[in-house]
Amino acid sequence: MKYLALLLLCCALPAQAGSKVIATGGASTIEGAAGGGLVPWAVIKGYASSGQWSVSAMRNQVGVDDFTLHSTGVGLSYDNNYEISFSRQKFQLDTIGGDLQQDIIGLKYHLAGELLYTAMPQISVGMQYKKHRNFTLPALVGAQQDSGIDWYLAASKVYFNAVAGRNLLLNATVRATKANQTGLLGFSSANSQNYRYMLETSAAVLLTPALAVGVEFRQKPNQLAFADEEHWRDLFVGWFINQHVSVVAGYVDLGSIAGLAEQQGYYLAVEATW
Amino acid sequence: MVNRIGCLLVLFISLGFSTGCQQTPAADQLYQQLGQQAGISQIVDGLLHEIEHDRQIVHHFRDTDIERFRKLLIEQLCELSGGPCKYTGVSMQESHTGFQISQADFDNLVRHLMKVMTAQNIAISAQNQLLGLLAPMYGDVVYR
Repeated sequence: MKYLALLLLCCALPAQAGSKVIATGGASTIEGAAGGGLVPWAVIKGYASSGQWSVSAMRNQVGVDDFTLHSTGVGLSYDNNYEISFSRQKFQLDTIGGDLQQDIIGLKYHLAGELLYTAMPQISVGMQYKKHRNFTLPALVGAQQDSGIDWYLAASKVYFNAVAGRNLLLNATVRATKANQTGLLGFSSANSQNYRYMLETSAAVLLTPALAVGVEFRQKPNQLAFADEEHWRDLFVGWFINQHVSVVAGYVDLGSIAGLAEQQGYYLAVEATW
Repeated sequence: MVNRIGCLLVLFISLGFSTGCQQTPAADQLYQQLGQQAGISQIVDGLLHEIEHDRQIVHHFRDTDIERFRKLLIEQLCELSGGPCKYTGVSMQESHTGFQISQADFDNLVRHLMKVMTAQNIAISAQNQLLGLLAPMYGDVVYR
């Protein structure tokens, strides 16, 4: 209800949207950064082009067999160059009981290239500071720290008229991380204290300028001895209704989590942008 | 049509020489999809209308001879799409130097073009093809 009100509010606000082309701000990932669903892209959130500001609010939900992830956040971007986001994640352990929570502050800076306009892909560097809020369980299963910083370098580019006359977005992100299950199970372990480099990729076809269908892969480390951590995948449809509202729905495969195998289910994200 | 006849001619001539006639897309396919001269003129007129009502970019056109700008833009889109025209204006870099066109200005123009083409029911693939031809001009247009 709260979110419906939010949506209505944003639709009712005067249309002082930014200049960027529809969908080029991407959607909101589970960690708050602009991207697909699970993978941050080099795009800057919202529609703020040069000299413009953009504010956004987002809500994501992932429901798999034994877990539900809720992520709520806000973002601010400027000049199509700077992005800052804050997200709070609540990971409900539906069959085990209880939940795990963390806060994520994300920063992203657009270094070079333009998503649509240059032969060079748009390249951005980003960081995500993550702080766990109820660390008892992660500590119990072997996590060493209750906070950590992920660093990533992302390259994104739209290729015009690439697939059956449609535009194609390709993204590759390399992330340096110490996180177990993105930080929901804390950071590092007894036998893994260093940064691990993970590859995250996305491909999306824009059926229309406002409707994207895509697939993502997110490589994950496997540091905790108590249970295997596996790579994540998703398929998504993103509808950029206008410059104020986007909705993403998808299917996710999160592999094994905390000893519970084959965690598959739905992905939903709503973002409001001013 | 001329192309198809040409193709048939080649086919007939080459019948005895075992060279086939390949059905490659015509060089002016995009020009046709944009609606030839009439369609392109309509796109440019639509674009001028959008520019006129866009406070962000209209000031760049304060000292522009709109008739001449219209003629040159039609020529350019016609040539770019493989039509029978020759762009007679100066280079993109030359014509935009000193205007301090920003990324936001460029983005707005792209959005206007997409809107106008959609309103004219131009196929998405043709729209994307034209955008793909125009996008690389970004470097010659912005912040000059």
